[in-house]
Order: sequence, then structure tokens, then C-alpha cells
Amino acid sequence: MFTYIAKRLAIAVPTLLVLIIFSFLLMHAAPGGPFTQERALPPQVLANLEAKYGLDQPLWRQMASYIRGLISAFDFGPSFIYKDRTVNEIIAQGFPVTLTYGGISFVVAVTVGVTLGVLAAIFHNSWLDYLAVGVSIGAQVLPNFVMAPILLLTFTLWLRWLPGGGWEGGQWQYLVMPIIALSTSFMASIARITRSSMLEVLNSNHIRTARAKGLPERKVILRHALKPALLPVISYLGPTFVTMITGSVVVDIYFSTGGIGKAFVDSALNRDYAVMMGVTILVGTLTVLFNLLVDILYAWIDPKIRY
Amino acid sequence: MALLEIDDLGVSFATNDGEVNAVNGVSLALDKGETLGIVGESGSGKSQLAFSIMGLLARNGRARGSIRFAGQEILNVPASVINPIRANRIAMIFQDPMTSLNPYMRVSDQMAEVLTHHRGMGKAEAVAESARMLDAVKIPDAAGRIRLFPHEFSGGMRQRVMIAMSLLCRPELLIADEPTTALDVTVQAQIMSLLGELQSEFGMATILITHDLGVVAGFCENVIVLYGGRVMEKSPVDPLFASPSHPYTRGLLRAIPRVDHEGDTLDSIPGSPPNMTRIQEGCPFAPRCEFAIPECRQFLSPLTEFAPGRWRACNRSLEDIA
Amino acid sequence: MVIDKTKMQNLSDRLVEEEVKGRSLWADARKRFLRNKAAVGGLIILVLVALFALFGNFAAQWSNEELDFSVMGNVRDAGGPSLANGHFFGTDDLGRDLFARTVQGTRISLMVGIVGSAIAVIAGTLYGAIAGYTGGRVDNIMMRTVDILMAIPYMFVLILLLVVFGRSITMLFVGIGLISWLDMSRIVRGQTLSLRRKEFIEAAEATGVAPFTIIRRHIVPNLLGIVAVYATLLVPLMILTESFISFLGLGVQEPLTSWGALISEGASTMNYGTLWQLAFPLFFFIITLFGFFFVGDGLRDALDPKDR
Repeated sequence: MFTYIAKRLAIAVPTLLVLIIFSFLLMHAAPGGPFTQERALPPQVLANLEAKYGLDQPLWRQMASYIRGLISAFDFGPSFIYKDRTVNEIIAQGFPVTLTYGGISFVVAVTVGVTLGVLAAIFHNSWLDYLAVGVSIGAQVLPNFVMAPILLLTFTLWLRWLPGGGWEGGQWQYLVMPIIALSTSFMASIARITRSSMLEVLNSNHIRTARAKGLPERKVILRHALKPALLPVISYLGPTFVTMITGSVVVDIYFSTGGIGKAFVDSALNRDYAVMMGVTILVGTLTVLFNLLVDILYAWIDPKIRY
Repeated sequence: MALLEIDDLGVSFATNDGEVNAVNGVSLALDKGETLGIVGESGSGKSQLAFSIMGLLARNGRARGSIRFAGQEILNVPASVINPIRANRIAMIFQDPMTSLNPYMRVSDQMAEVLTHHRGMGKAEAVAESARMLDAVKIPDAAGRIRLFPHEFSGGMRQRVMIAMSLLCRPELLIADEPTTALDVTVQAQIMSLLGELQSEFGMATILITHDLGVVAGFCENVIVLYGGRVMEKSPVDPLFASPSHPYTRGLLRAIPRVDHEGDTLDSIPGSPPNMTRIQEGCPFAPRCEFAIPECRQFLSPLTEFAPGRWRACNRSLEDIA
Repeated sequence: MVIDKTKMQNLSDRLVEEEVKGRSLWADARKRFLRNKAAVGGLIILVLVALFALFGNFAAQWSNEELDFSVMGNVRDAGGPSLANGHFFGTDDLGRDLFARTVQGTRISLMVGIVGSAIAVIAGTLYGAIAGYTGGRVDNIMMRTVDILMAIPYMFVLILLLVVFGRSITMLFVGIGLISWLDMSRIVRGQTLSLRRKEFIEAAEATGVAPFTIIRRHIVPNLLGIVAVYATLLVPLMILTESFISFLGLGVQEPLTSWGALISEGASTMNYGTLWQLAFPLFFFIITLFGFFFVGDGLRDALDPKDR
């Protein structure tokens, strides 16, 4: 178990380094510096600014100091656009919001998706199965950026049940649509994966053995079938998490929730490279951590990995 | 009263290519403590026969006819009827020990749940009893190894675990579905002699399903030869080997390589097993039978007793095929 | 949308078996595919969408850049779908013909999907086949590299790329191509590993056939089934990715457009009562995704019948 985690960590560290170096180089390859603006700054001002942000140093030194700041204090440095704000402050403002609706969406997608998938597999070829398959196929062509306007149209413009956007400290009325928009297509994918792997497991020899033991079907499924059926779902959770965070970009645009996605899009449109890099690296770190978590979960279920 | 009575059993499967008939009108009876071999090549329906007894047919399978265990109907009955019988009074050993154990559970948990479920034992007691049973199937250091996962056992050891697991409740009937097919030849012999010992020790009736006539010879009192889902011949072991009464059985016996016959080429039965999607009107073996006459494709005579305890289903008389 | 790993694994197991047995796999598969109503329906939809993209312009009464001054400023009342003024799908907010723009968007989105998928197929197949065939340390390094690249939040990096190097369709292709081949290479490697252990490859090696020839003559043809299925299922993923980027306004640039951009425009104006601006692009987007989805699934089921 320990060597297994150590091996996984050994991949995680270079992944992050590659990501940091790549985005750092990309940022510096950008045509024009971060202070290239419509109205040209006087050369003296530009030089002062560049000195202040360390841009007059050689590239490797800049990178080294950036990485040092990151590792020692998780410091992404100052924003290039908002003179008085650091990247950390900008992220700290949006991140809790994203984490709240993203986390709830994740839990909703997994619980509903798994339940639906398991039920569909157990009642294979029943109306419930057809319903679940229909819903999951339908929902898969409804990614968040399609779901969001449809939701707004229905619940805000038509029925006038829910507010069209805002956050207000995360009251439930403001959470409903972001969560539905973000979780629907994942819920569908998870349901589909769960269903097919559950069907596969239910046909396997060791489930036949469990049935031959005279156990009631409920026990056969809960004790014997669920764990292996969830393995493919678990390995799907890593990428899902990232894609969900990515989806926050859409949620923030539509529902004005003010999460990290908004900071990213704003910085992309303003060419605020420091913020873009900060968000990218943060998401990268989360991805790596989450993948690690998924790997550990996987090893915990599958005894063949443990030793 | 016989322990197990199967009456006109038919098993069919709904597939994309139409209805497949795996078993057609099989009847048999088994007494307490009797050992019966069911022999046939792959696709002869022998495994489906076993699954029908346990109520373990695949989802798309349907069974007709009747199976009575100790006088009680157990074919197509609700789970509440068959579950208390499974593992408790009828136990089964499967073909592939590599995949038949749950790879995600410790052997102790897999074995103990049989006892906690059927005997209401506590967990600790059940594990201790399971370890004793592992000891009985000659797994060294049973008490320690019971904590391991299946993948930490070799194939032969896993089959021993399966055997131990099936015997936990001292069943009255044990069904062994090709218990040695997936194992090495040397291990096969060990497992078969172990099964023989346990059978005489526990005295349970046993159905041994196999394609290997040699295994049957050493283990069973009676044999049923199955072809195309129908019983071709039914006989005590010794006379069957001495004078097979059916062309198919003869073919099977000739196809066993013998070391004491020198220089002969190995005989095989020409042709291949029948396509089971078509309902067979006549004898399923007719297309491959050297003695077949036109009538054989129209109908098959029912099983008839031609000598005490010996039954055959063939349109040709014994003299015809002599 | 996601590609179901369990089913892909079943398919790949099945294909290794099947190719070796050398039965008429493809003929059987075609028969089964044609029996599958959803798959055939999907194929018909895709053909119709492709015809729409190719020949839609001949039917259009307006070009995609012309502004119709008669509806300008009054799009809500005058810009709706109508046969009379030649705006079959209505106009967009600026008074441009939505029919012509939808044709244009369909072209771009299909192209991105197909090209992205093609990059994935070529790069992924070669990479995976080489890694799987060579084995040993090379395989290890190659696959660890894929692991590392997989863990990078590619959507963010892609946006970073587009911002830094400017938005262009070439950049979009590069970005999408960079990430799309990773999964493909894994699948192909796995398949190659199982193929390598088969007798006909060993026979080829024993008779001294050069490694590259073996890959080209024996491995790649036997990978065809799984690659075809995967590529079909990848196209909608690529379309989704492009739409997402375009939706954010970082994808294709005016006057070019794509489904994502059109959906974004339509969604931003939906509270002004011009619902058709959302409805038409969304309709094409959804039926095409469905089409690819059903065809891909049907293809897989046709090649792996036991899975039904």
C-alpha cells in the first residue's frame, strides 16, 4: 500500500512541475508583455513596472523565484492588471464559491448516477432500465453550457420560481440551477458506466457463487456486486472532478455566482497571465490530489493492488 | 423416495439468433449417497442441467418440467423456497476456481457468510468452523491462510477452498461442475481423490459433471451420457465401459487415448456438435452416427431398459450396431 | 458525455479473440449494425447533417455575412423564421441570416470534430502501437508521459494557449489535437499488448519480419475495430470541447462561427423573445451528438455482440 502511494506521488510531482513550467514559458512566449496596452506607457514607467514585477531578470531566475514562492508560501504573486491585488486574493474570493456548488454537484452526480445505474442493472430490461437508459442518453448531449440557458429559460423566465443569478452567501435558491446545470451530464455518464459495469459483474462467476450460497439478492448485490461494479466509476471520478471545475466557468457566466471560473475568464479576456497561471496551477494541483485520492480508493477496494 | 427426481426437464435460452434449446426432456433420479456422473461434450447441456437444479440459469434462460428435491418442487420456485436449500442442502462446485471466488473479499468472509446466513452462527464461530473445513480439504496452515484473498491462492488451492465452502453446511447433495477442467493434470488427480475421500466421509449424494470419461470411471457408480441436450445412455459405470450400448458412447470411449494400444491413430467422432437453435425432431447424434438410418432424422426412441439398470435411447438395436 | 471504459474493454477483449479466429468479423458486424434501429437512425441523421453542411449554402437566400437592414433593430418582430423573406431560420441579433450561419457553424463544428478525432487516431494509434509493441523501458517511459499529460487540466491550458497565441482555428486544432490522442494511445497500447502474445505475431517475429512491418501489416489492421469505434465516439467529444471554447468566446472568430458560438449568442439574447436563435443551432448540435453516439454505440455492439 505504501509503495503504491509513493509510486503515485512520484508521478504527481513531475506532473505539477511540467504544468508550472509549461504555463510559465507559455506566459513569456506571449507576444507583447503583460503591460502592452492600447495606450503605450512611457518607457521609463514600463521599465519601472517590469523591475517591480521582476520581468527584467533572466527567465530562469524568474521561474525559480516563482516556483520558490509557490512551494514555500503557495504564493502566486501579484496580479498584472489589478495593481493592488495579489493572485491569491483573487483566488481566495472565488474558490470557496466554486468549491461549494462544485462539491454539492459532485455528490449529487455520484449518488444519483450510481443509484440510477445500479437500479437499471438490477431491473435489466424493465421499464425502469429503459427510463434510466433514456435519461442518461438524453442528458449526455446536454452539457452545462446547454443546460444552463435551458434552466434559466424554464425556471426564471417562464415559471419565475428561481432567481436568475447571484450567490447571496449560497442560499439554496441560488444553488439549485448551478447544481443541476453542472451535475446533469455527469450524472448521466456515471449512471451509464455504473449500469454497464453492474450488468457485467452480475453476470460474473463469483456472483453466481454468491447466489449459490442461498444469499438473498439484496445481500448478493450489496456485499458482492457493488464494490467491483464501482471500480470503473471510481476511475472515472478523477477526470469528472476536473471537468466539473472547468464547468464552473459556464456556471459563473450564466448564474453570476462569482466563482473561480469568473476570475479565469476575466483574466483570459484581460490577458492577466498571472491570474490565469494561478488558477491553472491550482486546478492542476487539485486534479493531481484528486487523482491520488481516486487511486487510493481504488487500491482500498481492489486487494490485488494492495501488495 | 429418491433424493432428487428430474422429470422431463427442458432448458432453452432466448438469444439474438433465436431460441436455443440446451436441454431436451431429460429425466433422472438420484438416491441418497449415490454418485452419478453426467458425461457429454461441451454444448451437450450438462452444465445447464446442473444450473437448473440450483435455480441459477442465466437471465434469458427458461426451464420446463419438474425437479423435486426430497419431494419438494424446486424448479421455477421463488427465491424464498430455493435460497434456504442452496448451499445448505444442495451445494455446487464450479468449473473455474479462478473466477468463482469473489476477488474482493477475504476467504474467511466468503466462507463464514454461508454459516452465518444458514446456521445463524456468530462471525467468530463461523470463521473457526470454516478454518476447520479448510483443514479438512488439506490446505496447510488453514487458520492463517483463511485471512487471505483468493488471488493469493494457486488454482488448485482455490478449488479446495471452493470445495470446503460447499461442504460447510454438510449438504445432502453436491454438484461438481467440471471441478478439475481448469486445473493442471497433476492437480486434477489430487482434487478428484480429495473429492472421493470427502464423499465417503460425509456420505452426500454427488453429481459429477464432466467431459472426461476417465474421471467418471474412478468416481461414480452410475453414468448418464448426454448429447444435444438428451440422454443417450444411462448405466452403471462398469458395464458402460465394458460394453457401451450407444454409438455415441462408443465414439467417446474410442476417443480416449490409450497407452496400451500401440501405433493406432487416435479415433475421433466425425462432424461437430449440433446447432441447438433448431429444435431436433430426430436423434441429435444422427448426422454424425455411422449407423444412422433415415428414421433417425425423424424421431428418437425413448430411453428403454435393455438390461437390469441399463438404459439406452437409440433407434438401432444392439445387434445392428454390433 | 464519456466513453464507457468497461464496454471498450469488453470490445477489445472480444476483438483480440475474433481477429485471431479470422472469421468474417466485419461482414457479421455490418449485418448486426444494420439490424440496430438506433444506429441506422443515427447514421441517417449524420448523413442529413453532412448534406446540410455541404449543400446548405445552395438553398440559402442570404450569405452568412450580409446584414438584412429590413429587420435590423426590429429582430424580435421581423427577424423570426419565415419563408417569405428567405430567412428560413430567422436572423441573428445583427440581422444576419441564421440559416446561412447555421450552415457555416455546422461546417466548422463537424470539421473540428472530425479533424480532432483524426489527429487522435493517427497520433494515438502510432504512439500506443509503438509503446505496446516495443515494451520494456520504452513503454514505461512513454506511458508515464501519457499519465503526466493526462493529469493536466487541459481545458485551462487550452484557453491559456488560445489567449497567448491568439484565437485562430489552427490554434484550436493544435490545442484539441494535443489532448485528444492520450486516451486513444492507452487503448491502442493495451490492445497491442494482447495482440503481441498471439501466435501469428510470434510467427512473424520468428520468421524475421522487421518490427515496423509487423506493426504496419499485423498490428494496425487488427486494431481497426477498436479504433473505429473509439474515433466515432471521440467526434462528439471534440465537438463538445470546441463548442465549450467557442461558447466562452475564445474559439472561432467572426465572421466564422460554430455551434458553440451560435448557442452562446442565442442564449445571451433569449430573454428578448428571440428563442429561434437558440433553438436552431441547439437542434443541430443535439441531433448530431445523438447521431454520433448511436452510431458509435451501434458499431461497438455490432463488433461485440455478447455485450447485449
